[in-house]
Amino acid sequence: MLSRIAESLFWIGRHVERADGVARILDVHLERITQLPAAEQEAEVRRIMAVMGVAPEHGDYGVDSLIHELAWNRDSPTSISGSLHAARENARRARETVSSAMWEALNSTHYGLGGHRRDVVGTFRVCHWAIERMATVRGQIQMTMSHDESWLFLGLGAALERADMTSRLLWTRSTTATEGMSWVSILHCAGAYEAFLRTRYGTFSDESATQFLLLDRLFPRSILHALTTAEEILVQMEPGLQRVGFKDDARRIVGEARTALEFHHAEDLMAVLPGHLNNVQAACARASEAVGAKYFSHAVEDSWFGGIL
Amino acid sequence: MSDLFDHYAAEMAGAAAYDEMFTPEQRLRPAYEQIGQVLDGLSLGDVHARADSMARSFLDRGVTFDVAGEERPFPLDIVPRVIPAEEWAVIERGVVQRVRALECFLDDVHGDQRVVADGIVPRSLITSSAHFHRAVWGFRPAGGVRIHVAGIDVIRDQQGVFRVLEDNVRVPSGVSYVIENRRAMTKGLPEAFMSRSIRAVEAYPRHLYRALRATAPEAAEDPVVVVLTPGVFNSAYFEHALLAGLMGVELVEGRDLVVRGDRVYMRTTDGEQRVDVIYKRIDDEFLDPLHFRPDSVLGCSGLVNAARAGNVTIANAVGNGVADDKLTYSYVPDLIRYYLDEEPVLPNVDTYRLEEPEARAWVLEHLEELVVKPVDGSGGKGLVIGSTATAAELAELRAKVLADPRGWIAQPVLQLSTVPTFADGGFGPRHVDLRPFAVNSGDGVYVLPGGLTRVAMQKGSLIVNSSQGGGSKDTWVLGQPQTQDLDPGRVPPADVDGTVHTWPVSASWQDEGDTGQEQQQQQARAAGTGKGAPC
Repeated sequence: MLSRIAESLFWIGRHVERADGVARILDVHLERITQLPAAEQEAEVRRIMAVMGVAPEHGDYGVDSLIHELAWNRDSPTSISGSLHAARENARRARETVSSAMWEALNSTHYGLGGHRRDVVGTFRVCHWAIERMATVRGQIQMTMSHDESWLFLGLGAALERADMTSRLLWTRSTTATEGMSWVSILHCAGAYEAFLRTRYGTFSDESATQFLLLDRLFPRSILHALTTAEEILVQMEPGLQRVGFKDDARRIVGEARTALEFHHAEDLMAVLPGHLNNVQAACARASEAVGAKYFSHAVEDSWFGGIL
Repeated sequence: MSDLFDHYAAEMAGAAAYDEMFTPEQRLRPAYEQIGQVLDGLSLGDVHARADSMARSFLDRGVTFDVAGEERPFPLDIVPRVIPAEEWAVIERGVVQRVRALECFLDDVHGDQRVVADGIVPRSLITSSAHFHRAVWGFRPAGGVRIHVAGIDVIRDQQGVFRVLEDNVRVPSGVSYVIENRRAMTKGLPEAFMSRSIRAVEAYPRHLYRALRATAPEAAEDPVVVVLTPGVFNSAYFEHALLAGLMGVELVEGRDLVVRGDRVYMRTTDGEQRVDVIYKRIDDEFLDPLHFRPDSVLGCSGLVNAARAGNVTIANAVGNGVADDKLTYSYVPDLIRYYLDEEPVLPNVDTYRLEEPEARAWVLEHLEELVVKPVDGSGGKGLVIGSTATAAELAELRAKVLADPRGWIAQPVLQLSTVPTFADGGFGPRHVDLRPFAVNSGDGVYVLPGGLTRVAMQKGSLIVNSSQGGGSKDTWVLGQPQTQDLDPGRVPPADVDGTVHTWPVSASWQDEGDTGQEQQQQQARAAGTGKGAPC
């Protein structure tokens, strides 16, 4: 397939996943922050923005600013609106490759966004709505597109983004020790609460919840699961090298990150958690670059819309 | 007729145009009986709701065109334009004839120019055409076809006669709306489809793909076809993506291509892949910076050389603009007689050549009664309708014509035929034209039944171009059963023993309240036939 289209698909995968992830994180955090006394709100907003890698436009760390940066700022690649817009724009450029059912789901989401109020109540609604819409988009991808190379690129983008998102989610807790979000909330953010209960029989501890989101082999949003998926896709893309060595940088980077987690002693995880999370995020960024260099390597400079992709 | 059309008769009475739906005595023409009955059963509110729903589905599906960076849905009117079978047969024959004659002409222009030697057209017609490119003179394109796709614009005059208004044999656009309009209409006005047979339009991409493959360079064993688009900001991007998608081929931009050793390749995740046929949707001038505009970033350097070397088919061929020239248009009836030894099936609109001194003098005296058009314009650009122009505009036009008589033609103002159109809260007569699409595979010309009917949404306006606020109508060609366009092999065979296959259900389903009884009956039937039991 065309390199340019492969690149678009990869980014559709990332942005769809990101819109979903940001919507979940914003939903849970917003609910908590709005219950805090005004004096404490700013510190929380600061912390979340830092974790999500955004800064307010006018140095204002209020709730409105958080809503704007994570939900409505179309020029930001981190906001729900920005991610949806970027995913839709990439799909528009790859329209003959993606299924029309998938394109329509993204396109009508793009138009639907304008019908929502942008206050706190409207933003809560948008979070839920975006999660539902992205489920539809992913359903259409699964069921109406051939699971061929184009699907692999979509899946690779999604897997790397998911590892990145879950690590950001864990960050929101790990930097404040016993303060901040409850584990119940964090698990809810990842859609993992019930899955966790069924796995651990309701025994809560920082360790068990962290372990679950970081290392569970069966839960789809755990970092280990996401990295394993990315690795499997990379192997499928280049099945030739089974015996010695790696020619594929992305596979090496993802594989290293996975093994560093998988073979670590789970008992002393909490002590080194921030380091682990940093590694995961760095690995996702480097793997993304390596995939780009290998598969999309041409004319990148004039191909991207609005500079936010 | 229902009260939806109460005002229609009054508005129609004042106009000189031929109405496609009603006779001058306000009777429904036979072709529209079905439409009339269906609309009869609707209230104004129903029509509003249906029109809104159609517009909404266009937006969701991305059936849009781009104006200054904004995606707009292409307005589709709820009343289709209907063409009876016998009228369509004439249009079809006329379009095929025109494509064949222009194909001969273009071949001649880029070769011996017999047509000049024999005194049919002046040499200056060719040499002074802005679209005559020496870079492509003197060779036959790989595959031997120059006009792969044509859009021949046709109008119906006051007397009800179909006339050709212009030929588009470079990059005619709009066929995607023909396909999408039909899809939208089957949902917007489903009742109207039920008893009439309307010829299907979905076969177009198959014909196009077949023609493109058939005209590939001979050396290509399994030809790779691509569609070349200027990119997402082009107003017709939707169409490019749709056609590529429906043909199952790659939609490439110039930067995806590279020419090496006079062969064309596209950059893929698997390295460079050979390309054999390029269905180009960009103007010649932007195609190859080596030969044309050096600043173009839309095309790819070396394409023309690759075509000259016979290694790639470019559809439509470079240089076809000579035939699109409106001055050439004025000679087409002569070209038909000269190359085909036939009389034209479809007449031209009367046309004055302003480079002829007598005609020019007469036209300059009668500007108020005429339409004056630039010969290389498209999309209605530069066109001046004398009766609605200001004195200043006419003075400016006069100066332009005198400065460059070759650059202009003049035609009488024609009252294009009208069709009832839903606008400003009711139905009114609006002017329409028609663009049938033809596909030429070298061994035959296929004409898509119907084509794009464009409609001027403004009352009284004759400008139907989408770039100037025009909309469109679904075009129905009546008469032949739809199955004619299907391959016989694709029709599923009738069920041999005629039994009903029921849905398998799990045992637990039967206990669930109100559906239980029906399920049990189905189970019983299933048991009786020995089919559809739970697995």
